Amino acid sequence: MDKVIIADNLSLAYSDDETIINKVKFSIDSGSFVFITGASGSGKSTLLKSLYGALNPQEGSLVVGGVELRGVSNSKLNFLRKHIGIVFQDYKLVKEWTIEKNIMLPLLINGYEKGVTNNQVDSLLKHVRLKHQAGKYPQELSGGEQQRVAMARALSHNPILILADEPTGNLDDYSAELIWNLLVGANEQLKTTVMVVTHHIPENIKVDYKHYHIEFGRINEVN
Amino acid sequence: MKSIKNHLSLVIALVSILFSIQILVIAERSIDTYKEKLANDYSIIVVSQKNLDASNLMQENAIIGKITSLSPDDVIKRLNTGMSKKNIELLKLTLPKFYNIKLKYYPSSSEIKMLTRKLLRKSSISKIENFSHSHDSTYKLLLLFKKVITIFSVSMLVVTMLLIFKELKIWQFKHNERMNIMGLFGAPLWMRSAILFRLSIVDAIIASFVSFILFTYIASDSWVNEQFEYIGIQVKIFDPLSDLLLLTTVSIIVSIVLALFIILGHKEEV
Ligand SMILES: Nc1ncnc2c1ncn2[C@@H]1O[C@H](COP(=O)(O)OP(=O)(O)OP(=O)(O)O)[C@@H](O)[C@H]1O
Ligand SMILES: [Mg+2]
Repeated sequence: MDKVIIADNLSLAYSDDETIINKVKFSIDSGSFVFITGASGSGKSTLLKSLYGALNPQEGSLVVGGVELRGVSNSKLNFLRKHIGIVFQDYKLVKEWTIEKNIMLPLLINGYEKGVTNNQVDSLLKHVRLKHQAGKYPQELSGGEQQRVAMARALSHNPILILADEPTGNLDDYSAELIWNLLVGANEQLKTTVMVVTHHIPENIKVDYKHYHIEFGRINEVN
Repeated sequence: MKSIKNHLSLVIALVSILFSIQILVIAERSIDTYKEKLANDYSIIVVSQKNLDASNLMQENAIIGKITSLSPDDVIKRLNTGMSKKNIELLKLTLPKFYNIKLKYYPSSSEIKMLTRKLLRKSSISKIENFSHSHDSTYKLLLLFKKVITIFSVSMLVVTMLLIFKELKIWQFKHNERMNIMGLFGAPLWMRSAILFRLSIVDAIIASFVSFILFTYIASDSWVNEQFEYIGIQVKIFDPLSDLLLLTTVSIIVSIVLALFIILGHKEEV
């Protein structure tokens, strides 16, 4: 099976004196569904940052979608990022844009034509139950609603890899289930690789998944 | 509401820059016009024993615009207290020739000195009245006026620039966030910057338009025009073609430079 992520002897750090992830080796099959757990501050967000190229590996090698990220060039990184959908822990919505425009962003960057873009945004707004909020600005939405916008944006361009950092952290059970269904749907129907950071793996999730746990700078496969 | 405020800060800064530039242009233009007027009013009187070759003199001294000989009749009329016609004719022959020299433009003090010296070298020329004393004071006043206006406009420019550099940090912060997010989804730098360039060009055009309205209004204001009439000159305060072109160009260049500053200062945060 194809590997979408291959990490070898990978170390991650923000500065030389503190290593967050220490010489880990793992690989993720293309089309798989992965949960990452770990205590607060263990380095879950840090790992995701390295996967979308915002944090250059301190040591070792990290290949995502066939692109070596250690010392990657800007153009290669942009190319890779066009095919990744990210849900950030702090959402990172563009304040001066409407919800609709925010969801549209990856489609615009990928150069989708207008008709396709509008249809896609429309259908996603329905999926995350925000159709009636389309023209509002992020700060006019609740935290959970903003999180759903972030999810819709990550899915909009049918990425090959979705990286979601606690995508249900702010949601009630009903909205959380909505998000899990979207992620499982993308994984099953589009064969999208999904990597989710979470504190609680939902018990009733209807997908075969892998579970990695981060502790003391190591990434261990659970079960 | 917030976005209008953000637009406003750059537009106001740009208008203030354009305002000081146009003031400099107007000052320059008024002084040129005033110099022309002074040049028309100003003349040098030359007393010569022989007839002067006007075209030759003009060739030697490019500054000379026109040489007219003054008829001696007036002088003679005043002396005409029962002199015979024959005596008058004799007198006419012995009287020196008077010439009035007009200059092409209003000279500086040193230009007058130089011309005077050159003319006196001609053996036939015996005396020159160049009214240098009154010329000097007018000319110095003119220079002072120009200096004051320049200092005023330049300090206005400097203050505006300082304000802009303070604002730049805020703009940088504001645009950095959006540019970052776009970058995280793979937007190349030109795409991340496109919005910024579009915004700054729009702001530049708004600022030029505001200045256009402002100066069109000032140009039509009766009080302002009266002031120029007092001095006796007519000055084009705002040329809707060349001035607007100048202001728009400056405004676009300034805002694009600012946009470049923001883009160069753009950092991806970890
Ligand atoms: N930008 C940064 N600069 C320096 N250190 C950082 C930065 N971001 C995170 N860290 C440090 O790296 C460590 C791991 O942080 P990280 O955000 O990856 O934790 P996390 O597992 O996502 O925690 P949480 O569950 O609370 O989100 C922490 O000790 C944190 O202080
Ligand atoms: Mg985190």
